[in-house]
Amino acid sequence: MSTLSAPARSAPSKTSTGKAAKPRTSGSWKRRLPLMPALIFTIAVTQLPFLLTVFYSFQSWNLVRPGSRHFVGFGNYLDVFADSQFRGAMLNTVVLTIVCVFISLVLGLAFALLLDRKFLGRGVVRTLLITPFLILPAAGALLWKTTMFHPRFGLLNFVFGGDTDWLSAFPLASVMAQIIWQWTPFMMLLILAGLQSQPKEVLEAASVDGAGRVRTFTAITLPHLSRYLQLATLLGAIYIVNSFDAIFLMTQGGPGTASTNLPYYIYQRAFEGFDIGQSSAMGVIVVILTMIVATFALRLMFRTFAVSGGVK
Amino acid sequence: MRRFILLAVALLLGVTGCAGAGAIGAGGRTLVIAIVANPQMKDAIALKDHFEQANPGVKLKFVSLPENQARAKITASTATEGGEFDVVMISNYEAPQWAANGWLENLSPYIDKSPGYDKADFIPSIRDSLSHNGSMYAVPFYGESSFLAYRKDLFEKAGLTMPPKPTWEQVAQLAAKLDDKAAGVSGICLRGKPGWGESLAPFSTVANTFGAQYFDKDWNAKLTSPEFKAAANFYVNLVRSHGEVGASSAGFSDCGTAYTQGQTAMWYDATVMAGTNEDPEGSKVVGKSGYVAAPVEKTQASGWLYTWSLGMPKVAKNKEDAWKFMRWMTDKEFVQSVGKTFGWNRVPPGVRKSTYDIPEYRQAAAAYAQPTLDGIDAANQQKTMVHPVPYPGIQFVGIPEFQDLGTRVSQQLSAAIAGQISVDEALAQSQEYAQTVGASYREGH
Repeated sequence: MSTLSAPARSAPSKTSTGKAAKPRTSGSWKRRLPLMPALIFTIAVTQLPFLLTVFYSFQSWNLVRPGSRHFVGFGNYLDVFADSQFRGAMLNTVVLTIVCVFISLVLGLAFALLLDRKFLGRGVVRTLLITPFLILPAAGALLWKTTMFHPRFGLLNFVFGGDTDWLSAFPLASVMAQIIWQWTPFMMLLILAGLQSQPKEVLEAASVDGAGRVRTFTAITLPHLSRYLQLATLLGAIYIVNSFDAIFLMTQGGPGTASTNLPYYIYQRAFEGFDIGQSSAMGVIVVILTMIVATFALRLMFRTFAVSGGVK
Repeated sequence: MRRFILLAVALLLGVTGCAGAGAIGAGGRTLVIAIVANPQMKDAIALKDHFEQANPGVKLKFVSLPENQARAKITASTATEGGEFDVVMISNYEAPQWAANGWLENLSPYIDKSPGYDKADFIPSIRDSLSHNGSMYAVPFYGESSFLAYRKDLFEKAGLTMPPKPTWEQVAQLAAKLDDKAAGVSGICLRGKPGWGESLAPFSTVANTFGAQYFDKDWNAKLTSPEFKAAANFYVNLVRSHGEVGASSAGFSDCGTAYTQGQTAMWYDATVMAGTNEDPEGSKVVGKSGYVAAPVEKTQASGWLYTWSLGMPKVAKNKEDAWKFMRWMTDKEFVQSVGKTFGWNRVPPGVRKSTYDIPEYRQAAAAYAQPTLDGIDAANQQKTMVHPVPYPGIQFVGIPEFQDLGTRVSQQLSAAIAGQISVDEALAQSQEYAQTVGASYREGH
């Protein structure tokens, strides 16, 4: 649960506290006091362990070799960057995130456009389309592993024939298919919300002016949707970059390391290698990298937000 | 991005001992037992009332997880002296190492003061594998070696006979003849799923009997030696050409499904598989199987030795109660209760000689009892390896780093099985990992 609420909580706090806090600085502690437990709890649960992680990352410490613990400075960091598997996992993470976000966004847009029209049984179709997102990620992954990709029992081979072992022939693509299946409904919901908030008068005006469907879509609907698309991209990317369930349950990062992404690799270093120092260093590196990327992404987003807001 | 901090945090919280988890068992006399969720262990959990009735005031709480997850949790807890568990299920891989680290309670004093708990009844190779400096640090629950199961009916139909002591060459030829893609029957099922306890277990026994070794006696990594290459090529080619579909992700349970559903003619794996193969509740091939010793090449025997057993972390709080429980679960009476309650096929095998004297068990396990015993008896490094090695263990290298090294090597192996890389590439990469590990031992010597 905490993982779900964390980004949602942190994203708005950045923007709102900056503006809202100023007029209230003169305000009494009385108003803030009730918030303190939550604040202290948040700090204790998120920041202290992170500092510990940084601390551990400077040590060579293998849990299963007692007496091995000693200070190594930046040794772990050098090892991590020299590790070709880490670089491979990083590349996989980037590919997986970009491809999954892009395809589920396009599919989500298509489904949202379909659902935006009135037709018989729209409610049923909408429910069915949303379902993949409501299924537990672990259950979804197992479902795909056995009922879709399994070389003997799977639907794919039943439909296409042959005995392709999808998960070992196309490991990353198979995992991505499952993630796209899971995340398309989320994109669809966000975009659908955008579509339904479109002012009807503008659309009517466009048709009065003689604009065709394509023209209306590219000139009016798409610009209107841009903020929704951006939000969907950002939220989707935040979650998909962390994908773990699908990889753990479907391919175990394999064959070889073909579908290992960063979260899974860190998990392996920590819980199969019991290498505390190295896995901590990887954790820290990943946090720093994500912060850099997210900062740029956020900045880019706010800029386009401002533009599209101005147009309106 | 905060999510990443949380991820790192969650990982570390997990590793540094889940301080909160211990509180569950704190009130009164509750024993917390970390256990691997295999069928025989589930039977033990189902019988927990027996123990609680005999020991009023002691409650049992099982934390039951699949092998990999159980191992991670138990290792992390024991290594950090977290103290969440009073009893942990470990194997002959962990027991001697952890005893040397001082993480486990010496059980010999407890055994000695328990009259009727016949330790001479344990099969010697199993007992020795759990000992350190002459004391037992874990008591065995079930023991296993590995052997080859084959479908007698399919052999008969194809006009083939299984030699009593097959070589791997012969097995490969038989697999080629029995491979029947049209009928959906593969020649053989061999694990290909990555993990040091998955594909590397059967593969290591093949490597041993081909004369290969992970390290020579000076801790030089030998994964690119001609013997290792021959073994790896043999294993990968056999699985690729006559193995099960989806081999690179098939583990013990996947092969179990394939065999009991009649989708493979042979299966080389742990001896405990026989119980499931002959269980009418889930198996379509009851009574159709023969069992022969693990195939060999250059050695007299090649089966592995493994035992799931119970150990007590040094920091456990209720040691007397914990011992009572460990005694209950590994005693002769327990075997009787399982046999009478669930049927004699489900008795924990391979640990007590007396189990094999029970007439009902002899009858129920007629097809595999003797091959199992023979496999366990023959499983030692004198018979299962060509060259002397500096490490204990047959299907594993008995050093702490092997969990990691073995998993990395097995990933390469399964990539080769999937056809993504060549065997030579897989071994070259594996050799690099092994050299790093070997170097740290050379420094230490």
